[in-house]
Amino acid sequence: MVRLSLAALALTLTSTTAFAQTEISWWHSMGGELGERLEAIAADFNASQSDYVVVPSYRGEYEESLVNTIAAFRAGEQPHLVQVYEVGTGTMMAAKGAVYPVYQLMADHGSNFDPSAFLPVVTGYYTDTEGNMLSMPFNSSTPILYYNKDVFEKAGLDPEVAPKTWEDIEAFGKQIVESGAAKCGFTMGYAATWLGTENVSALHNVPYGTLENGFGGLSSELTFNGPIQVRLWEKLKEWQDAGIFAYGGPAGGPDTAPKFYAQECAINMGSSAGRAGVIANAKDFEVGFGMLPYFADVEGAPQNSIIGGATLWTLTGHEDAEYEGVAKFLTYLSSPEVQAAWHQATGYLPVTQAAYELTQEQGYYEANPGSDIAIQQINLNEPTENSKGLRYGNMPQIRIVLDEELQAVLNGDKTAQEALDSAVERGNAILREFESANAQ
Amino acid sequence: MDTKRTIFPNKGLPYAFIAPQLAITLIFFIWPAAQAVKASFERQDPFGLSTTFVGFSHYARLLNDPTYLAAIGRTFVFAAAVTVIAMGLGLLLAMAVSRVIRTAQFYSTMLVWPYAVAPVVAGILWWFIFNTGTGILPYMLGFFGVSWNHQLNGTHAMILIIIAASWKQVSYNFLFFLAGMQSIPQSLTEAAAIDGAGPFKRFWTIIVPLISPTSFFLFIVNVNYTMFDTFGVIAATTHGGPNQATNVLVYKVYSDGVVGLNIGSSSAQSVLLMLMVVILTFVQFRFVERRVQY
Repeated sequence: MVRLSLAALALTLTSTTAFAQTEISWWHSMGGELGERLEAIAADFNASQSDYVVVPSYRGEYEESLVNTIAAFRAGEQPHLVQVYEVGTGTMMAAKGAVYPVYQLMADHGSNFDPSAFLPVVTGYYTDTEGNMLSMPFNSSTPILYYNKDVFEKAGLDPEVAPKTWEDIEAFGKQIVESGAAKCGFTMGYAATWLGTENVSALHNVPYGTLENGFGGLSSELTFNGPIQVRLWEKLKEWQDAGIFAYGGPAGGPDTAPKFYAQECAINMGSSAGRAGVIANAKDFEVGFGMLPYFADVEGAPQNSIIGGATLWTLTGHEDAEYEGVAKFLTYLSSPEVQAAWHQATGYLPVTQAAYELTQEQGYYEANPGSDIAIQQINLNEPTENSKGLRYGNMPQIRIVLDEELQAVLNGDKTAQEALDSAVERGNAILREFESANAQ
Repeated sequence: MDTKRTIFPNKGLPYAFIAPQLAITLIFFIWPAAQAVKASFERQDPFGLSTTFVGFSHYARLLNDPTYLAAIGRTFVFAAAVTVIAMGLGLLLAMAVSRVIRTAQFYSTMLVWPYAVAPVVAGILWWFIFNTGTGILPYMLGFFGVSWNHQLNGTHAMILIIIAASWKQVSYNFLFFLAGMQSIPQSLTEAAAIDGAGPFKRFWTIIVPLISPTSFFLFIVNVNYTMFDTFGVIAATTHGGPNQATNVLVYKVYSDGVVGLNIGSSSAQSVLLMLMVVILTFVQFRFVERRVQY
């Protein structure tokens, strides 16, 4: 019996080698339902042809996955493709010997790849100063505003009108709290970082740092201690003391979504990719969608919002035949059908113009009001130097600094100006460290 | 030859016996530690593509960095608080159980349970209990006029991690104290009782000196525990915040190395942490052990 099964095993082994498919490893950070969607994409690609097989594997959250990739690269065991979050972009770009840039991969392996098919805000974030696309946009999102229509109604507000400006947020918040419709007006994720400095700067068209927000070189200095950012942080403290704003924790704000779902806060600001989750969790109330607020008296606002999310990076050190497969897979991945399906299922942005148009043709946006807010918001205006994105090495550390400084403002230890000045100083030290580690 | 030789004639054999243990120690402890020491003198990009030797500059930068110095002070406060609370409670519970006759076994089993809980899980349990929105404790503290907010109040956050870290260690201390007490001959305490010593007198003059080796051992174990093993608790509850209020040394090693990808500085920090614990343990053996009676 044992011998028989061994023979069977030997047979299967030989038969698989007979149809040897080239394996392409893809490390990602999409847990839960997003992970299932991602695996379905790989499975569909594998079924669509017989030369290559894409093997996705979950490697933990973005931070962990990046560290795992780095460790694997040092040990010579790196995957072909890895999904890296936007704040890791600076780190990846600086790692010239480790990365096989997408534009080059596509040029070497014959696919007719057209970077202009992608949305400009998306590609802008991931191209070098010569306009070459270095990584493949996959899941990009931008923060939007979610609000509780039922609470709005209870507070005597028009549930069909989303707040547009910070002045609206203040007035609506006050009315919500005073009427007792909810305990707090609004909460927001990434309160010190992606929303509270990065997108605020972009929406008001003010710089986050010098040299085109770091796109122009590693010697860029941070400048996010300007009047607009300080004004928002001051307001956050003031609103917190008045009960209009509730802080939901550092980084993504682990407590923001629970506060919104429990109807404690009437408004939440967070990633557009949270849309499916918000709808699933908002069981007892109706959700409305809106764009991020801006200060009404600032000339030119709102400019456009910037993205977050992740892209796929190809790593060096593999065979040409394997890269051939990577190129094919990336082409498949950016096809309008795949992109449109991913966009609709997850709330991530459609990264190509064609996927956007296809979704429009399919009537998805009409059937799902609010689902096109994110894409409208990133396309509000032609991106400027201040609103095409950020490019900083050690960005995760800078974000930690910002979280700490906002906490110091909210607990009354520092004024907004002091905190942002100190964040700039500490952030610049981190940037100089990165610059000297990567000076070539 | 009238006595039986207990020395191996073969010179190589003893080495062969200890080889597996040596190999494990070398591969899993000495080698990574040596790598950390090496990395602490280098500046390297995350992918290891370019490396420059920078001497002691990581160390110099750390020792001039007020946030690092603050983290050292904070770590000692944290370690002292956790050690005192965890050992105090462990001793108290062991005393209580050692006086119970019928259900001692049941209590011991119950009290040891928390030790089986992984640090991260323990952290998440406390995160639930202390959650500012939905937790039971902030709700109850509200009745006493305390507005609990460990996300913005550094003191609250520190209290939270001290409680969470101690809770896990109480069981361990309890178990050792109980074993220590049970090894004290009954006749000693009985004799003292006959001589007229009350329970407190007996505790201070008989039990405390006789369990001093256990206490000393636990002291070292607890300090090492707070220095290294509390990472999971902090990662699951406060992430070192707010505004660094709970950023102890071991968590800073992680956040600078793993999140910040600053391998050189992170390595230098782990070397410093290792040195501090070595020195501390040395001091403990040198000065505290003198007072221990075996």
